[in-house]
Amino acid sequence: MTQELSRRALMGATAGSLLLAGGNAGAQQKPSELRVGITTFLSGPASVFGVPSKQMAELLFEQVNAQGGIGGIPVKPYFVDEAPGTEHLVGEYRRLVQNEGVHVMFASISSGSCLACTPLSDEMRKTTLLWDCGTQRIFEEGKHPFAFRTQGFGTPEVLAPLLYLLKHKPDFKSIAVINQDYAWGRDSWELWKTAMDVLKPGVRVVAEMFPRLGATDYSTEVTRLLASRPEVILTTSWGGDLVTLVRQAAERRLFERSTFVMPVAEASLQLLGKTVPAGHVIGARGDHWNNHPKPKDPAKLAKFVDGYRARYNEYPIYPCHHMAQAISALQAGYAKAIAAKGGGWPNDQELANAFRGLTFDTPTSTITLREDGQGLEDQIVGLSSFNDKFPFAVPKDMIMFPAAMVSTPVGMKSVDWLKTLTPAILAQTPAPI
Amino acid sequence: MVGWLQDNGLLLGLAALDGLAYAALVFMVAVGLNLVFGVLRIVNVAHGSLFAIGAYTAASLGLFFASQGLPPLAGYFALVLAAALVGALLGPLIERFLLRRIYGHEEVLQLLVTFALFMILEDVQKLVWGVQPVSQDLPMTYLGTIDVPFGDDVIPFTKYQLFVLPGIAVATLVGLALFLRRTLAGRMIVAVTADKEAATAMGIDATRIMLLTFTAGAALAALGGALASPTTSLVPGVGAQTIVLSFAVVATAGLGQIEGAALTSLMMGLGRSVAVYFAPEFEVVVPYLIMVAVLLVRPQGLFGVLETRRV
Amino acid sequence: MIAEGLIALVGAGVLLAVAIAVPWLKFVLTIALAKGIAVLGILLLLRAGQVSFGHAMFLATGAYTVAFLAPAMPEALLLIPLGGLFAGLLGLLVGLFVVRYRDIFFGMLNLAISMVLYSLLEKLYHLTKGTDGIRVARATYAGFDLPRETQEWLMFAIALGLAALFGTLVAAYLRSPMGRALAGIKTRETRLEFLGVSARRVLLFAYVASAVMGGIAGTLVALTTRHVTPLLGYWTSSGELVFIAILGGAGSAVGAFLGAVAFELVRVYAAASVADAWQMILGGVLLLVILFAPGGLWGILAGRLKVRA
Repeated sequence: MTQELSRRALMGATAGSLLLAGGNAGAQQKPSELRVGITTFLSGPASVFGVPSKQMAELLFEQVNAQGGIGGIPVKPYFVDEAPGTEHLVGEYRRLVQNEGVHVMFASISSGSCLACTPLSDEMRKTTLLWDCGTQRIFEEGKHPFAFRTQGFGTPEVLAPLLYLLKHKPDFKSIAVINQDYAWGRDSWELWKTAMDVLKPGVRVVAEMFPRLGATDYSTEVTRLLASRPEVILTTSWGGDLVTLVRQAAERRLFERSTFVMPVAEASLQLLGKTVPAGHVIGARGDHWNNHPKPKDPAKLAKFVDGYRARYNEYPIYPCHHMAQAISALQAGYAKAIAAKGGGWPNDQELANAFRGLTFDTPTSTITLREDGQGLEDQIVGLSSFNDKFPFAVPKDMIMFPAAMVSTPVGMKSVDWLKTLTPAILAQTPAPI
Repeated sequence: MVGWLQDNGLLLGLAALDGLAYAALVFMVAVGLNLVFGVLRIVNVAHGSLFAIGAYTAASLGLFFASQGLPPLAGYFALVLAAALVGALLGPLIERFLLRRIYGHEEVLQLLVTFALFMILEDVQKLVWGVQPVSQDLPMTYLGTIDVPFGDDVIPFTKYQLFVLPGIAVATLVGLALFLRRTLAGRMIVAVTADKEAATAMGIDATRIMLLTFTAGAALAALGGALASPTTSLVPGVGAQTIVLSFAVVATAGLGQIEGAALTSLMMGLGRSVAVYFAPEFEVVVPYLIMVAVLLVRPQGLFGVLETRRV
Repeated sequence: MIAEGLIALVGAGVLLAVAIAVPWLKFVLTIALAKGIAVLGILLLLRAGQVSFGHAMFLATGAYTVAFLAPAMPEALLLIPLGGLFAGLLGLLVGLFVVRYRDIFFGMLNLAISMVLYSLLEKLYHLTKGTDGIRVARATYAGFDLPRETQEWLMFAIALGLAALFGTLVAAYLRSPMGRALAGIKTRETRLEFLGVSARRVLLFAYVASAVMGGIAGTLVALTTRHVTPLLGYWTSSGELVFIAILGGAGSAVGAFLGAVAFELVRVYAAASVADAWQMILGGVLLLVILFAPGGLWGILAGRLKVRA
């Protein structure tokens, strides 16, 4: 304590702007503002996710602050760019925590960034909401007492489209994969392959391609796919990569030869307009469809979508939903922590305790955080189709997979769990809506 | 080997068709870079940014024309117009106000000036065009596809990639070669490339030639970008990938060598697409392996001339 | 010489004071010192008039050495020299090839080879975890498993110590006959050979030395950020090292660290204040320095203090 005091005095003398993140329990001073550090892509190819989610965060924090903030104080976001690389990002994480004194971190679109930031949350004991990344490795390879993922993760996001495909096209015999070359692209294929080999053994894999993340030309890959004629083509690609791949594939009529399965299609459909033909399997990394068949509160979803459209002249995409979920969890978490302390302001540990088992509202539904920190989010998969309401493809014949059905149980590794699946799971699959 | 070729010959043929379009685009960028290097003796790191800006401008113009209800053919005009605009505006601006201040400086300073310019232009693109993918594929879709026989099957290729891109690349190559050998301005460029001091002594206005060359180089980079734009979605970061590959082409070709750039682009284009079929892990490495291999055997590049050593 | 040493000492003192005053800057400064060590290697080559646009490959080698070996052997005091050793071996291999080339070919070959390494780090997913990179296991120091705060201070101290060591070595090297022979490559290489000095051997020695320093820098970066990605070896990272060398001033060993600290601070503050345009700010700073202060920060400082570098 004395050491702490003398250090504090020294720092106060040398750097006026410096703020120490609170560490000692008990009397916790209520700050004048709630500072939230948010890592997202502001540049580079992945900024097609990062910028819309940043816009959504700005919009929502404005609304939150207009209604009195969180716990009676205004929220102030600090955005940092993930694009300059992990080395830069971990430095920024430290800066936000140690220098800006942020109270909560929202970490990362990229799985690589999350894998780097989560251990920092352990070391710095700073509550960190993993607001968009999907890698299942986070909570399966270690305990992270200060990290919570406010959305689903890779395993359900791959398993749900696979189950949908097995329902929709049970007789397919060959498949090709073209994924981006990084953790999500590789892991999602490993998860898919593991589950497919258990649920439908004997499917022939005619091509496995992992073009570079951010590739701009797929014509060679498209030629190879045309020549090898797989019945199904899986791609978990997203962003500019998916847009380019789909355009080049559509132009050369690859969609006529093979059924595409695109678990992350939602965020790109707006950009693609009518380019994605009808009848292909599309997913949204959750249940975030503009034509969600039965949202918990239809008026709320409509307000959410229209508010974003009014401001930015485009439909919100799933990273906007994920951002909204993290912000909703932040509100619910603080409310719970403050209530638990009888109106007092929580310290870092008390705040983290509040998130465990927390249930919060999303624009479409509710999500509960499990004891390992993982959120349980339902998955909706459907077939691309067109109607009068939207100038781009939206799903039809949607199946809503309950989160518990497609998520790896606490304490198990996804690959091990997928190996235990039996075709019985197909029988449990709900009927299309 | 023979058996493998029999099994995979058809695939190799497909790979060659893919490689051709890719090589054409690589050539358009690399040839401008090489031309500029020949005359200015500066490796322009920002050349890749000019490619990206050309691509973005072409897409924006194309979208604008389409929104005005102009016929699809206007899309092709947009490609050329974009290249001309970027070349004529940015080229002289960069040469006159930046590069001209550092001629004769140390090589490393020249490299870094263009590196700084590259960093600045990367963010300028983001400020102007945002970060969402931009695409305008009308020039490609308008021409449609052609079915290439493949055993009992057919494989659709876009006519744009199969004919237009290689066609323009060949036209550029022939045009440039004729220009450099047959016209006065071209011969002056060749003279400055070979020996700037001697050329100046002969009364050639090297300053003007350098301005002209840089503008032409910028326009070629922008044209490369414009031609690539219908085949891809434009996202931040295309410039960085383009330039590093062009470096490899230029060094392999031999500095200032136009024909060398063509041959090298072809080798790298074909090498890359063959790798996608048979060793996808090495797709990205292939151009650099080709470069290292060539320079091991011919240190001055394929078509390069050995410089006499100074004493 | 003595003045330069004094400035270095004062500089080290300032860094220490800043690190105490603003804890998170300790992290930034450790990275800056590490990069400064790598930039020392760039300085050696610049003395010979050669620019390597691929030196980040040695940094990446050092960093990945730590990442691969740390789970089995977490001893930092062994990992650091091992990273230097592996980078040095790679430097010898690459060097034997590239020292035959000069100027733009030298630069481009380095670039090409670094891109090969980068692509392999990116593509061999099952070994390297691809673009996501590898989380570096917790290291021990002389067998002690230290708490985070102590560990950060120790890394800072190690970086500072190694910076002083390599700074002194490089300063001495540049003044030695070997160092003067390097300058000979830049001015009139053939004359060197008339004197019976093998230019290739002179350059190879400098190249391997620069690779070792790059490798050491990489180990420090890996041990500090605790996460390595292929981006460490991308060509823009190599460009940054050259950028820092010119920013600091290519004339002096102190300049390398001056440049590295300035670069990292500008980057961090630019990224914090205008997250969308930090590259533009860095580029602008670089342009201003080249056009208006070609001697770099060290040139400005030395001019002020009337020190002869």
